[in-house]
Amino acid sequence: MTATGTAAPLLDVRGLEKRFGGLVATDRVDLRVDSGEIHALIGPNGAGKTTLVAQLGGQLASDRGAIVFAGADITAWPAHRRARHGLARSFQITRLFRSVSVIDNIALALQAVSGGSLSAWRPARHDTALFEHARELLDTLALGAKAAHPIDRLSHGERRALEVGMTFASRPRLMLLDEPMAGMGREESARMEALIGVVRRQCAVLLIEHDVDAVFRLADRVSVLVGGRVVASGTPAAVRSDPAVIAAYLGDDAGSA
Amino acid sequence: MPGVLVLEQSLNGLQFGLMLFLLAAGLTLVFGVMDMINLAHGSLYMVGAFLAAWLVALTGSFLLGVVGAVALTAVFGMALEAGLLRTLYARDHLSQVLATFALILILNDGVKMIFGNDLPLSAPAALAGPVELLPGLQYPAYRLLILAVGVALAVLLWLLVQKTRMGALVRAGASNREMATAMGTDIPRLFTIVFGIGAALCAVAGALLGPLLAVQVGMGENILILAFVVIVIGGIGSIRGALVGAILVGAIDTLGRTLLQHVLREFLPPQWASAAGPAIASIAVYVFMAIVLAIKPQGLFPART
Amino acid sequence: MAPKPLGATATTRPGPLLASAIMVALAVALPFVLRAVGLDFYLSLASRIVVYAIAATSLNLVLGYAGLVSFGHAAFFGLGAYVTAIMISEGVQSGPLHLAATIAVTALAALVIGAISLRTRGVYFIMITLAFAQMLFYLANSVKGYGGDEGLNIRARSLFSLGANLLDLKNPLALYYAALAVLVLALLALARFAPSRFGRAVLALRDDDVRAEALGFPTYRYKLVVFVVAGALGGIAGALSVNLQGYVSPNALHWTQSGTLMVMVILGGVGTVWGGLAGAAVLLLLQEVLASTTEHHEFWIGWVLLAVVLFARQGIVGLWTRRRAPSLS
Repeated sequence: MTATGTAAPLLDVRGLEKRFGGLVATDRVDLRVDSGEIHALIGPNGAGKTTLVAQLGGQLASDRGAIVFAGADITAWPAHRRARHGLARSFQITRLFRSVSVIDNIALALQAVSGGSLSAWRPARHDTALFEHARELLDTLALGAKAAHPIDRLSHGERRALEVGMTFASRPRLMLLDEPMAGMGREESARMEALIGVVRRQCAVLLIEHDVDAVFRLADRVSVLVGGRVVASGTPAAVRSDPAVIAAYLGDDAGSA
Repeated sequence: MPGVLVLEQSLNGLQFGLMLFLLAAGLTLVFGVMDMINLAHGSLYMVGAFLAAWLVALTGSFLLGVVGAVALTAVFGMALEAGLLRTLYARDHLSQVLATFALILILNDGVKMIFGNDLPLSAPAALAGPVELLPGLQYPAYRLLILAVGVALAVLLWLLVQKTRMGALVRAGASNREMATAMGTDIPRLFTIVFGIGAALCAVAGALLGPLLAVQVGMGENILILAFVVIVIGGIGSIRGALVGAILVGAIDTLGRTLLQHVLREFLPPQWASAAGPAIASIAVYVFMAIVLAIKPQGLFPART
Repeated sequence: MAPKPLGATATTRPGPLLASAIMVALAVALPFVLRAVGLDFYLSLASRIVVYAIAATSLNLVLGYAGLVSFGHAAFFGLGAYVTAIMISEGVQSGPLHLAATIAVTALAALVIGAISLRTRGVYFIMITLAFAQMLFYLANSVKGYGGDEGLNIRARSLFSLGANLLDLKNPLALYYAALAVLVLALLALARFAPSRFGRAVLALRDDDVRAEALGFPTYRYKLVVFVVAGALGGIAGALSVNLQGYVSPNALHWTQSGTLMVMVILGGVGTVWGGLAGAAVLLLLQEVLASTTEHHEFWIGWVLLAVVLFARQGIVGLWTRRRAPSLS
């Protein structure tokens, strides 16, 4: 049973642990994300946010603990199985397919969950339905005009948007967004914020971000990770005024991105 | 199986392992610090052997010949690095494979054009005889020299890497390349020197093993693969790993080749044993590597985090 | 910039299709052309080029399209050669049996080797694939019953029955056309594979396999499929090569043979349909030309290769098309 509601959480992380030699990167982390909510995860550099996301996404194996998603224990599942089950992840350092165009990137993301990938004879571009869908997605991302462009012709902000778009393309139930606004200026950040606002209508979001103001604007709940441990978790207002959090994190971080 | 035989072959294994270490040390540094796959490393070993054979014949002195060969090979290595290999650091591994494979072809035929297909090289007369290590154990003096040189160089290398500033830079570079580049010191010159040292070590191994293994074109190809196996087992970028790995590989290879068939003879017909022995021994090294990687995917002493 | 058709990164213009057809026609006509100018002793060279083109193309699938730097591909080539040679030396002459056995053995070997190796990455993958090939090399060296380190000579060749006729691959013409048929089929399959859904998934995992996996592609499974198909095709090339030369030795399994195949692929153009053929043709022709003029042909070939690495990064096909084919930087 969760503290925020009576429904079972969409993502239920219990006692997750990860060590690198002597360093404890994830220290018995409990975390819950409900359907339809934006749950933000903030914390100072080195707190272990990306390590945690990697364990949730399946890129890193945990030492202990359990990850339960949509009722299934996915702790040992490989990343691709999690994605097909509805748990999609974006990367802090943009990872796009540089050999193909913008629309092909989205098309691949759509193909990944639609199956039929062992078809080796029929040209993929004959899948008009798939490419129509891809085009619609690109329009949502404001990248429609650049559909045929190669990746290196996009600006940083556009690439981050595409990265998020690819994560969203598979219609996940939960998106893990790892610092989507990393390296962005004010205008680009605002656009990303708006995009997240649109996307959240169709799926839950676990948002890792440094931009504290944006986080407090977007999030329904906030958890604070310090030194691998969750030191506070609750509504933005509650967390903001939690003295432990202010001491550990917000106090040094007032107003900075 | 007489204990003397085991002892003798163990010494041989140690000796081969130490020479392998000389090759592996240079290779692991180049790979660890510059992230470059250098297939021509075995060719430097060959060049060193040929130069030694040539200079020994020229000067009449084994010592002069070997020292001269080491110096010349080091210079050659540095010229190669500065002139060609430097442009490969930024390229992907596949391009490095192609370029250094091309280098093997060039150097093999180049050496053949200058020196012919092989050159004679014998151990110095003073060391031609055996030494009685233990009652009943006669061991060739020359092989003892190789052991001594190998140990001395291992110690020297350890001192260099652990106690000098250059060594610190190299160690840092092996574990974190971005940090090495950010350190501001003359990185290109450091790389050239590291490469030169690697080339010199190859030459020592080539010159010392020459009398035992024959100085001939193509001698680098087989030992190169063993050197790669060593650094993968030991952990890329780690000198300590190269030493441990080399001794293990040297031991498995030598003991396998010589002693395994005696063991197999206990329960297999003789002609099977003498065929299976060396075959299994050759495979054993690779099986060992696979096992190590299965347990420790980054090798025994990974330098990189 | 002209608007591209929806979703297309490469279009099928009539140009390449026509060029391909012309090339196939030329290849089919080649034996007769050679005979007409009195150069029919070059037919065996042409056959060698075709056989190595098949081997290089099989490696290109793994290396160029899937981005897996396999340094042990000679294992499958050599294995195919040995399976066929051993069967012939034991009195089995049926071509279809040779083919079936070759495919079965090399596909199985590729499955085992791939299943283990593909769990590693980067240089470790290179080393493990190399290790497996070396193991087979030493195994072949020690099997005294089938030649050991001296290799195995065979007198007969594969026989295929076409209706009432008997196709004996001892006939140089028959061998050439059999090999050519395999090459054409392989290139056709490759050309269809690249833009297909599977081909694009493989391209994605070559670009970034972590991302591809995170999107939902089972990358290990796909890599294994590619590895096995490539291994089997390499085995077929080996079977053809033993029919051509009447001889197989452990050298067919040595790492330098793997290296030579890699050189052909990189030279020809990584990740392009014609890359394997281009590389094999150029390298073998170069060897042939140089070997007749100088004893030190490897020396000059080395310089040519070096020049290609430094100045023609996309390989020969890249020079030809001058387009950004999916290739390495």
